[in-house]
Amino acid sequence: MTPSNPPGLSSSQPASDQWPLWEVFTQAKDGAPHEHAGSVHAPDAEIALQNARDTYARRGEAVSIWVVPSSAIVASSPEDAGPFFDPGNDKPYRHPQFYKIPRVGKEL
Amino acid sequence: MTDPALFGYLLRLGDDRLVLGHRLSEWCGHGPILEEDIAMTNLALDLIGHATMFLSLAGEVEGAGQDADALAYWRDEHAFRNLELCELPNGDFAFTMMRQFLFDAWSVPLLEALTRSAEPRLAAIAAKALKETRYHLRHSSEWICRLGDGTEESHRRAQEALDELWPWTGGLEYQDETDRALQARGIAPNPAELLSSWRGLTREVLTRATLLVPDGPMRMTGGRFGRHTEHLGHMLAEMQIVARSHPGAEW
Repeated sequence: MTPSNPPGLSSSQPASDQWPLWEVFTQAKDGAPHEHAGSVHAPDAEIALQNARDTYARRGEAVSIWVVPSSAIVASSPEDAGPFFDPGNDKPYRHPQFYKIPRVGKEL
Repeated sequence: MTDPALFGYLLRLGDDRLVLGHRLSEWCGHGPILEEDIAMTNLALDLIGHATMFLSLAGEVEGAGQDADALAYWRDEHAFRNLELCELPNGDFAFTMMRQFLFDAWSVPLLEALTRSAEPRLAAIAAKALKETRYHLRHSSEWICRLGDGTEESHRRAQEALDELWPWTGGLEYQDETDRALQARGIAPNPAELLSSWRGLTREVLTRATLLVPDGPMRMTGGRFGRHTEHLGHMLAEMQIVARSHPGAEW
C-alpha cells in the first residue's frame, strides 16, 4: 500500500468558491464494512449525504452511507512510508506463512 | 376506447412527470456544482421513468396501439394534460428547486393515495414511483430551507421564485368530471384531502425556510384541459424533434 493523502487533502483549506469536501463510505450489504467510495462537495452533512447517494449509491450499490468531513481524516504522509511500513518487510516471522505447518497438523 | 376517464387521468399523471422531467434535464451540464448537476439529472431520469410507466398504461387503456413513446413524441401541445407549473422555464436554481418542491410536496401524498387505488395497475406504478418521489421531496425541501434561510441573495431569489410560482399552484385544485368519475370508482383520491396534506407540507418547509407564503389570488389554469402557457410549445418542439425527424427509428 502506498501511503498517500485522501483526495482533497492535498490542500488543507477548500478553495473559497468550493464547498467543503466530504469522504464517502458505502456499505454494500448488512454486516459488510463501509468502504471508501470517493468524495463529494457539500455545504453541510445532510447535503453531503444526499450528494453521496446521488453520486455513489443510485444503482443499488449500497445499503448504508457514511460521510465524513475530509478535514477530519488524518493521513500518513509519503515520508512516513519508511518508518511506518518498511520494518515489516524484513521480519518474515511476522507473517503466518513463515511457519511451516507440521505434518500432523494437516487436518487442522 | 372503453375507459376515456382513466385514459385522461393517466395522461395527467404521465404528462406532469414527463414535462417536469424534461425541464430538469435541461440543467444537465449546467448545474451550479457537479454534485447538484448529477442530482438534478437523477431527478429528471426518475420522473421520465415514472412518466413512461403512466403513459404506457394510458396507451394500454386507450387500446389504439399507442405506446409511451407515441404519446410522448406525437401529441401536440393542446393534447398535453400537465400542470402549467411543470412547464415553466427553469429560471435560476432557486426557481427550479422551488418548482420542484411545490410539485414534490403534491406528488408524495398523491402517490401515497394512489397506492390504494382500485385500479391495481395504477396502484403498482404509484408504489414504485413513491419511493423515488419521497427522496425528491427530501432533496428539494432541504434545498428550499438552505436557500430561504441562507444568504441575503439566496433568500431574495427563493422568495421571488415562490412569489412567481405560488399562483400556478392553483392548478392543483382543478377538478372536472374525469376526477369525479374516477373518485366514484375508487380509482383516484379526493383532491381536497391531498390539498390539505400539500398545504401542511409546504407551510412547514416554507416557514422553516423563513419564506413568506404569498396571499394573492391564484391563477386560473388550463393545463388539465390542454390550455398551456406559451412555453410548452417551445419545449415540446425541442423534445420531439428527433423522434419526429426519424419516425420509427430505434436506438
